[in-house]
Amino acid sequence: MWRLALAGQILAISVLIAACGDDSSSGGGGGGGSSSEKPSVAFIPKSTDQPYFAAVGVGAQDAAKELGGDYKQVGTAAPSVPDQVRLIGSLAQRRQPVIAVSALDPNAVAPALKQAAATGSKVISYDADVKADARTLFINQASEEGLGVGMAKLMAADLDNKGDYAILSAQITAANQNAWIDWMKKELSKPEYSGMKLVKIAYGNDEAKKSYDEAVSLIQGYPSLKGIICPTPVSLAAAVKALDDLGKKGVKVTGLGFPPADKQLLLTGKVNKYILWSPRQLGYLAYYAAAALQSGKIKGDPGDTFDAGKLGQKEVGENGEVLLGPPLVFTKDNVNDKLSEFATK
Amino acid sequence: MSTEALARPRAGELLQRLGSLREFNLLAIYALLVLSVGAFVGEFLTFGNFREILVSAAILTIVVIGQTPVILTRNIDISVGSVVGITAFVCGDFISNNPTTPTVLVVLMGCAIGLGLGAVNGLLVTVANVPAIMATLGTLYVYRGVDSLIASGKQVSSSTVPSSYASLATSRVAGIPVMVLIAVAIGLVVGLFLRYRRSGRQLYAIGSNPDAAASAGIHSRRLVFATLCFSGLMAGLGGVLWSAQFATVTSDAATGLELQVVAAAVVGGVNVFGGAGTVFGAMLGSLVLATISNALALTRVSQLWLQAIAGAALLLAVTADHVAGRRTLARALNRRREQR
Amino acid sequence: MKRVTRELARVSGWELFLIALVVGAIIAGSATSEFFLTETNFRVGVSDFMEIAIMALAMTLIIVAREIDLSVASVFGLASVVLGLLVDGGAPMGVALAAALLTGAVAGAFNGALIVKVGLPSIVVTIGTLAMLRGLGFGLFGTKSVSEFPVWFTDIGIGAVPGTQVPWSFVVFGVLFAIFAVVLHRTYFGRQIYAIGLNAQTARFTGIKVDQIRMALFVVSGLLAAVAAIVYTARVSSVRADNGTGLELQVIAAVLLGGVSIFGGRGSLLGVLLALILVAVLRNVFSLQDIGSEVQDIVIGSLMISAVVLPETLARVRRRLSRHELAGPEPSVETP
Repeated sequence: MWRLALAGQILAISVLIAACGDDSSSGGGGGGGSSSEKPSVAFIPKSTDQPYFAAVGVGAQDAAKELGGDYKQVGTAAPSVPDQVRLIGSLAQRRQPVIAVSALDPNAVAPALKQAAATGSKVISYDADVKADARTLFINQASEEGLGVGMAKLMAADLDNKGDYAILSAQITAANQNAWIDWMKKELSKPEYSGMKLVKIAYGNDEAKKSYDEAVSLIQGYPSLKGIICPTPVSLAAAVKALDDLGKKGVKVTGLGFPPADKQLLLTGKVNKYILWSPRQLGYLAYYAAAALQSGKIKGDPGDTFDAGKLGQKEVGENGEVLLGPPLVFTKDNVNDKLSEFATK
Repeated sequence: MSTEALARPRAGELLQRLGSLREFNLLAIYALLVLSVGAFVGEFLTFGNFREILVSAAILTIVVIGQTPVILTRNIDISVGSVVGITAFVCGDFISNNPTTPTVLVVLMGCAIGLGLGAVNGLLVTVANVPAIMATLGTLYVYRGVDSLIASGKQVSSSTVPSSYASLATSRVAGIPVMVLIAVAIGLVVGLFLRYRRSGRQLYAIGSNPDAAASAGIHSRRLVFATLCFSGLMAGLGGVLWSAQFATVTSDAATGLELQVVAAAVVGGVNVFGGAGTVFGAMLGSLVLATISNALALTRVSQLWLQAIAGAALLLAVTADHVAGRRTLARALNRRREQR
Repeated sequence: MKRVTRELARVSGWELFLIALVVGAIIAGSATSEFFLTETNFRVGVSDFMEIAIMALAMTLIIVAREIDLSVASVFGLASVVLGLLVDGGAPMGVALAAALLTGAVAGAFNGALIVKVGLPSIVVTIGTLAMLRGLGFGLFGTKSVSEFPVWFTDIGIGAVPGTQVPWSFVVFGVLFAIFAVVLHRTYFGRQIYAIGLNAQTARFTGIKVDQIRMALFVVSGLLAAVAAIVYTARVSSVRADNGTGLELQVIAAVLLGGVSIFGGRGSLLGVLLALILVAVLRNVFSLQDIGSEVQDIVIGSLMISAVVLPETLARVRRRLSRHELAGPEPSVETP
């Protein structure tokens, strides 16, 4: 009985703390838009361990240095939706002026972001969007159409517009990849590609082993396979390795490639071309946009323009979207030049 | 029955004894599985495909071989996923930065790291008396956290790993991949050890009845410590092979492997409560899991239902094995009754 | 005063240790961040932990009975998939919620059937259902994502009791905690669970209906996983097939940290409550300092280990000391 009593008392005490604790709103600037305040942006990536997001951070830090502002990146090593929600809440309660998030689940973080906005933080998304009414701006590296169609066209060029092909994607629930795949399918259903047939969409969960095993099964299971589109660098590397290990010739691989990890693939000719964008520039642009938003220079309406440092003037488009530009196509000729865009320090 | 008749088993009795072997039952189920899938999916029953199944099972098999002695003693090591992940990254990173290092040295390094991490588990369980599941759950978190700290922002990839190292995973001897040979060789050694060496058989005793084992003078602590070290060692070896096979290694490599390892052991007839099971069975269990994955990926079944079917297949396999085990026990009891 | 000390003496060493850690963490929190001791922080710190806390209640009973349920996160996922499918299909919210709860109960019954009727060990069955039920969720839901829920539902999900910063999810947890605490510690049913955990064979001989109780426990575990799924969905307004992935380890870690013995028969919900508070506070303190998940993992893992090592070492030291005092007063009887 005493244990129960103690437990009840503990619960009661915690409720009392909640009800009576004072809610000090002192410290750290309020979320207001005074232009004399220095920019302060917190980035929440999908995963703090991925080199891609480290490179985005480098770009953001470049911008922070130019603008004399604060930058920090908070997150978890393993992608976790509940943790992103928690971090947003934590930043919001500390009156973080601008929160930038690359969302694992566009809907799940929306309520937390709305609450953050209600208490004065400005909210933007980058790399992976959230529900449109939960953020003011979305810094997009390239349009979904640009990426999906771009990858489809690379594959079509590799296959000379005919042959069986498969798609080796990330998780079943990966929003970005699913959107790109929809565009790929739309593009490749056009009459000029009628000689190409999609035989399977497999999911490698962005895990090295699963992607490798799925690639092996694709190669074994479809002897007539001529190409694999990989909308994530993990499955790109896995598909190429699987082809090498099985000694299978004549299958083309393309998709999204991450130069620091995948530059060998281009240099040794295993992959003809792949597509990506500059994460460094993405981070840079995101920071500038965030700073402009925080200072009130822009409101996030279509047509707003702001100065983005080395990237020149940038305009806010439909739906609060700020586009970095067209995707970059990497070949063995240009990959080495572009490596600085992926520096992680 | 005369003693001579007992000493000379007849062919029929041998077959009967073989049939009562739990592992043989599993093998029979496995053969049935393979044949039925092969009837539907052409590409399944090819030598090339079968070789790929063996390769994809190799790392899991090696880790399961290490896990089996631990489970036999009524313990468990769920930190193996984190150990594989951390050694995969450290070794992959090392060889990327020092490409001229002989592969053998890196293998030894990986094994040493795994051994060290396993020893920590061993100390926690045998000296500090922490229940194995708690100790290894704790180290699962700690090792994974350390792995994140080391790997943060970095990535080992096929661009950085030298091909001499990667060939560890792809090279073959007489057509059989080296990784498979390593797994089979280690499995044989450990299996024989468990069967014919006294310390090996003592592990069974510790698992069946720890108190009786202690009373009988078995050095339980030392043996359990050794099994946890060995589990870490195998996980370390698995980690090295992981980085060689996939080349791409990030901090989340091998997350969740521990559940697959336990599943493989259980399917293979290793009793989670200790005291029963063989390495051969565990290896077979690992093969069954890999085969199910492979078969499902080859069928034209929608990808969305793969995991559900795999999970159901796992439950079926375990149930079948459990029922087979009960029949074995019943038959053994019957035989004893007849012999009186 | 004497009554308080006598009461405190009856709290087990473990629980005292946890109380000390919680106090220490709270002190550390208030020392390192001005935002710590505020109402808003209570809401922030508590609201994201309630799903794990709710599932931990049922898990406690299961582990006390010397079983384990590794499939809770997958039941969570499946229940939210069912909820999402029905809401998306236009069903009234009440029906959808009932269906989600039913899914949880049925999934739990499935576990129970394999464990009780077929006789498979629970660790084995729940590893299998972890995969199968999650896979079922993927099969039914695929790449879909549902985020349109009635406003009243999501308002409760992220909202608090009017006039305070106490989240509604905390109220749900509080009510469930009260029920479970009374059942486990004050009813015959609860004592039977302890008996089963200590020695199922003996319990059977004394007439305890072991099989039925075990089945009930797994059904309850599934049911609570569904409750947690509903709480989560209300909070984040989103259903995807991968909702809740990986939560089972955190739930089990919390229960074990709370002093419940993995071998069954020992432990209390008070300990689990303290462990939940401790982990929630630590996560909160770390978040306020922007400390990354790597460090958090290391700390929580080390905590789990030291939570066993320290009392064990203390006990050993105490034993050695008492051996030296042969002529001295009787050493106090250790409370379990």
